[in-house]
This record gives sequence, structure tokens and C-alpha cells, in this order.
Amino acid sequence: MKQRGQLPRFPFDERDLAKFREVQQLAYHCAEQVAAWIEPGVTERQATAKLRRSLVRAGVQDFFHVPFAWFGDRTAFRHFHTPLQFFAGSRVLREGMPYVLDCAPVVDGYTADIGYGGKVGENPVWDRLAQDLRVYRELILREVKARRTLDQVYAAVDAQIAEHGYDNRHQVYPGRVIGHQVTRTTARGPAGVNLFGFGVRTLQTLGRELVKERLEGRSPLWAGGRASRHAPTPGLWAVEPHIGFREVGIKFEELLVVTDEDAYWLDDDLPHVRRWALQEGTA
Amino acid sequence: MTGRSTEIRRRTVDSGGLKLAVYEQGDPSRPTVLMVHGYPDDHSVWDDVAADLAVDHHVVRYDVRGCGASGAPGGREGYRLELLGQDLFAVADAVSPDRPVHVVAHDWGSVQSWEAVTAPGSYRRIASYTTMSGPCLDHMGFWMRHRLRRPTPRHVSQLLRQGVHSWYIGLFHLPVVAPAAWKLGLARLWPRVLNDLEAVRPRPGHPQRTLAKDAVHGIELYRANMRPSIARPRERHTEVPVQLITLQRDHYVAEFLSEGLERWAPRLTRRTLNATHWSALLEKGPTVAALVREFVARDHGALRQEPSEGGELVVVTGGGSGIGRATALAFADQGARVVVCDRDLPAAQRTAELCALSGVKSGAYQVDVSDGAAMAAFAKRVAADFGVPDVVVNNAGIGHSGTFLETTDEEWRRVLDVNLWGVIHGCRAFGQLMVDHGRGGHLVNLASAAAYLPSKVLAAYATSKSAVYMLSDCLRAELAPHRIGVSTICPGIVNTNITRTTTFSGLDTDEQAAKQARVSKMYARRGFPPEKVAAEIVRAVRTGKAVVPVTVEAKAAKLLGRISPGLLRLGARINAG
Repeated sequence: MKQRGQLPRFPFDERDLAKFREVQQLAYHCAEQVAAWIEPGVTERQATAKLRRSLVRAGVQDFFHVPFAWFGDRTAFRHFHTPLQFFAGSRVLREGMPYVLDCAPVVDGYTADIGYGGKVGENPVWDRLAQDLRVYRELILREVKARRTLDQVYAAVDAQIAEHGYDNRHQVYPGRVIGHQVTRTTARGPAGVNLFGFGVRTLQTLGRELVKERLEGRSPLWAGGRASRHAPTPGLWAVEPHIGFREVGIKFEELLVVTDEDAYWLDDDLPHVRRWALQEGTA
Repeated sequence: MTGRSTEIRRRTVDSGGLKLAVYEQGDPSRPTVLMVHGYPDDHSVWDDVAADLAVDHHVVRYDVRGCGASGAPGGREGYRLELLGQDLFAVADAVSPDRPVHVVAHDWGSVQSWEAVTAPGSYRRIASYTTMSGPCLDHMGFWMRHRLRRPTPRHVSQLLRQGVHSWYIGLFHLPVVAPAAWKLGLARLWPRVLNDLEAVRPRPGHPQRTLAKDAVHGIELYRANMRPSIARPRERHTEVPVQLITLQRDHYVAEFLSEGLERWAPRLTRRTLNATHWSALLEKGPTVAALVREFVARDHGALRQEPSEGGELVVVTGGGSGIGRATALAFADQGARVVVCDRDLPAAQRTAELCALSGVKSGAYQVDVSDGAAMAAFAKRVAADFGVPDVVVNNAGIGHSGTFLETTDEEWRRVLDVNLWGVIHGCRAFGQLMVDHGRGGHLVNLASAAAYLPSKVLAAYATSKSAVYMLSDCLRAELAPHRIGVSTICPGIVNTNITRTTTFSGLDTDEQAAKQARVSKMYARRGFPPEKVAAEIVRAVRTGKAVVPVTVEAKAAKLLGRISPGLLRLGARINAG
């Protein structure tokens, strides 16, 4: 048995990373397709169905979790009391509303988990949030590169949220997580079957990881508590800062690569990063 | 021109086959003000207000159906709110077909005008709405439902008190009694009733000669609309700017009935007038006319998009974080212009930016509240840039923990300078502005539960907050004649950054940091958000409440201080730091 606290070597090679990048691109591509199609009158269920169809058409066999869509104040998880409320409902999109699409396709065991925020029509609050979201992407990378413990990074994000005057909305996720580890799923359960919104294979893999990491004094779930008081584990992390102001919430979710000494975002060619670059160009 | 403003032109407008008597004054090219009277009046109740406004407005009044010279519908169904709302639009279309009108209404006139104002697309025909003593019955239905569902002591007392105010409504539903009373002499006695109960001096030409008939017809207003609207309220919103004039001595409509009105009318301006239900129109006509004139003159601009120049002005000190920022945002959310100051300018600017997201004008200034000259200059600057504030929230404060003997002179001075002198400077600079302006206003001072909850480890902090508490009590008495309210807010444990900057006597830097982290964690675990304090502050301003403990521990301590002060004193010995 390994000594407690000793970090495992980075488990992926370049080929693996290329595969993860490909799945993440595919997921964002499908989200963008749905975003282009979405319009006032569409319900959350219709949006998730559309998202699922486009993912399956692109060759996705299984899902880490079922696709989610949140409209209006549900993007900020207002009035959420039970986890069941995360599932897509009958909320209808109206002019000026923000929305968030969240999906996690699995291809050949390679998993992506992405979050895409958008709006229909005019919404100045959303514009501001979308612009400020950039700060969190930079902050998280900076903190992880400095090899601060994950609970310290979580606290730094919280402090930034307070300074901005926003709400931490990722604390509403089960376990209050801002992120979770992603590995190559090798489980043998039936693909495409899900339990409580999570794929059966996901649950197998996640369960195994929880036990394994627990033994190492680490957690595959990244939150603000004692379980995350450890340096970033080498591997891939799906990171999802989710901020809200009043009735508007926004998030991004993408894969962060943590190596033994360094960290970087797996891919910079993503819709939100392109949007910031565009704004910078016009500013 | 003078002739134009005094001459009253009669005309008749047809509304669904019913003839309405309409009275016009003033130059039709000026903005049209449409006045709707209540029960049991007719258009003449507006005589003073109309005469004043007619100088520079096109003033239109009409007798509502069943009253004065207008026709009366056959049965009760003819008095339904839908028809009354249609009457208003019919008159507006006839007298001002090209431009939307400014509606001013009182009592039942206000109830029926709400029907028109909350109709979909009403903003095309109605430019603004000034309402007195007449809530929307649907809003009232929701108001009652909300209180019945959450029967807190406060809610129950509000329900009971409004119930007492509404005694006559029950009477109006009884057969025979009410009509008989009007016919058998109440109409004759009416001037006396107004004189004795409403502080309205008898005057020629009032009440109208048709009073007995009007009053009997008008009973149908209650019978046709009260029950269905209250039992099955409809969600009725409006984009029209609304000015609510609360009459302080109204015997029929309680002030708290308008709590939460912003939900339905987000572009709401609140005014109060020291008057009874009828003395507002019959004794203080020019005052009402002035309020209407100002509201009509405001450029209400495009709907919600452009930052409005008008609207309530709120100043918040220490607005860069915590309760201050939450309070600024809460007022901005209600359409108020907000000015924040803070020692930390970027933080204040951030708050101002967030306020601006609500589509209101906002400003940020760097001010140290403990500096008297700087505060005076700040007040002057605000007056020059924005105008005289309607609400000032003296929120800036710092935390300090330490027993009396541990606390150094320097620490005492710092705590008193910010927590007490900051409030003194704020009240003086802005209080003087408000008094000179003569429009009333509201000062909110942030004390603390520590103001009445002694603790040996909060010697300096509790002393400063206790002084703020007493200062507010004295100031309230002084400013009452100027219609400036003063509220003291006493929060308990609230999760803000005050704990992260709190200093502790007798500890070195490392110990300080550790202690700050520990206390912050405790406050975070308590988890009471500043937004809830902000909501209480807004409510205190709306209702004029004097002392507001926030959080259950603050309320319990206040109660305990009354039941057993000795126990509180004993508790002060606990080392709570």
C-alpha cells in the first residue's frame, strides 16, 4: 500500500488527453447547436431531449449524468429544496430569460462534463455575470498551480464571489461541490442506463473512486470541507464554478488537467473563452 | 389663459351605453390629469386639487357610474370592476385620444382605477397613477392570503387591525340597513361626520346635493366586487409608474396594507401625508396637487430600460460590503436611485455597478464616516449631484472585542469614531438637508443586538451601539414634526465580513487572525444572510417602524431584557469572545 499523502503519478498519456479533449469539444458543440435552436416557448424537457438527441447522433453511447437544462431563476437554483428539482421540468423559456445547459457524454469510457450558459434577448444582469465568470476561471487555475489545498481554492472562490456581490450557487449541488474528478470509466454495467440521473457505470466508477481515494485521505469530490483538505490530485477534474445574482445564474464546466507539478485547462477553444476574447478584442 | 383654467366645461361620454358626466378645466394642450372620486363623493370632492392643477394642466374629472350627473346601471352586475375600468378608458379616450393620461384617484375611485392601471397594455393609455386610500382588491386578496398562510404575530395583528378599520364593509353587505341609514338622515348628518371625525370644516357646495342617492347606489360597488375579488384574487401587475400617497390618519385604510405593493407595481414611489381620509382632498388640496404636479412632471422615460432620473434617492454608508451592500441592492431593486459610500472605493463602485443593473442611477464615493468634515462635504456633493435623499442608511461600522480593562484608549477611540461619530455625522449632515428641504424622509441607523445585550467582552462595541440606539430615540422625537422618520436596526449574528475585520484586544497579529477566522466560521455557520437584514431595513422605512431587532437571538434578548434584566446582566459575565 502506498504511503498516505503520496501522490499517484499522472494517469493519462497524450492520446488519452486528446480523446478527452475531443469528447469535450463534441459536448460543447452539441450545446451550441441547442443554444442556436432554443427560443421563447421551449420547455426545459424539450431542450434536454434535443440535447440528448444531438449527442447520441454524434456517437455518444453513455452519460456520466443525464443532460440538464435550467431556465429563468432556475439557473440560480432559486427555491431548490430537493435534488429532484435539478431535473428538467416544464418551465417555459421567455424573452430575456437566462438558461444553462449541462451535459456529460461518455465516448469509449472518456468522459466530458460541460456547462453552457446563455440567454434569449436582452438581459444586462446576465451580461455582467458572464463577463465576471472569467475571473473565476483564471483564479482557480492560479490557485491550483500554486498547489493550494482544494478546500483553500474553494474558499478563495467564495471570497471572490463575496467581493463581486454574487451568490455561490455550486453549493446547491449535492455535496456542495465545485468540481469532481473524472477518470476513464472501465465499468461493465449496462451503458445508457441511469439511476437518480447518474449513469450506472458512473456510479460504479465513482463508488470505487470514493473508496479508493478515501483510503488515500483524499476525495474525488471537490468541496469546501475537511475531505478536500489535500493538494490537488493529479488527473482530470471537471470544475464548475456556478455564480448567481438575483434571478440569474451562470456557470461554465470544463476539464482541468492537474499534473504532478502543474495544471492547465484541457482546452481553451471553448464558447465562453472565445466570447471573452471577442469582448477583449472589441473593447 | 386664466379664464381657461377656471372655466369648467361639461360634456358627456358614452361608456357601453351608459352616460358619464365629464368636467374639463385648463388648457387641453397641457398634460391631462384624470381624477376619479370615491364613495360617497362625486367629482366636486376634487374642487381644490383641480383648481390648483388646472393652472398648468388639462384637468378632467367625471362622476363615476351611479353618482352625480352620470347614469346609473340597472342592477348590481353593472357595478363590476371590469365596467368601472372601462369607464376610465372611455373617458381617457374621449378627452385625450392621442396622449396617455395621468390618473389621480381616491378611495373607491382608486380601487377602480387600479383595475384600469393593471389591465394589460394599460401603459399605452395611462402615463402615471397617483393613488390615495384605495388598494387594488386583488392585491388585497393576496395580502390577506399571505398573512393567513403565515400567521406570525405581526401578520395576525395586521389582519385584525385592518378588520377593525373595515367594519362598515360588513354592514354594507347587510340588506336594508345601510341604504336605510343614508336615506333616514346620515346624508344630512354627513357634514358633521366629516367635521367631527375627519377634521374637514363644513363648506358651501359640499357634500353634493345628490349625496343620499349616490351613497345608496354606491353600496353596490361593495356588494358587486368585494367578495369575488378577495376570495379569488387575480395576479395583476402593472408597468405604469405608481405614486402611493399614504394618509397617516386614515380611519379606513391602514398603512401596512401597501406592504409588498412593489411586487405588483415595481415602479412605485411612496409618499406620506399627514391627513385623514377626506381632509387630504378637502383641506390639503394644494399639497396633494403639488405631489401630483411633481409626479406628472417626472420624465418616466422608456419602460425600465433607461436609468430613471427621478424616483426615491437612498444613501447608504459602508455600502461596499455586507449589510450595506445588500441594503443598497434591495432599494435599487425597488427602483430607487442609490448612492453608496465606503472607505474602500472599489468595493463601493462595485455595489453601485450592481445597483445599476436594476436600471437605476447610482453613485459611489470614498468617505470615512468618522471624519465630520468629509461627511458634510459628502452630503453636499450628493445634494448637488443627485438631490436631497429620501432615505439615509447609516450602516458603516466596525467590530471590536475586548473587556474594558484590556481595551486601549486607541481602540476605544477607533470604535467610537466609526460606530458612534459616523452615525452622528451622517444624521447631522443629511438630517439638516432633509429638514431644509421640507419633504420629510427617513434615517436608518444600524445599532446591534449588543445595544441592549451587555457582554463583558464587547465593552467598547456594545457601548457604541447602545449610544446609537439612544441617539436614534432622541432624534426621532426631534425630527417627527419634520416628517422624518428614524429607525434603529438591531441585528444579531449576521454572516458578513465584519468578523473578518474585527479586532481583538490583547492579542498579537497571529492570534488575531486565528480568532477572526474562528469567529467568522461561527458566524458563517449561523448562516443569517445580510439580504434578510436589508429586507427588514426596507420594511422599516416603508412602515416607519422605530426599533427593529433582526434575527431570533436579537429578538429573544430584547424580550428577555424586559422580562428579566437581571438575567441579561448575569449573562454578560459569560466569556462570549
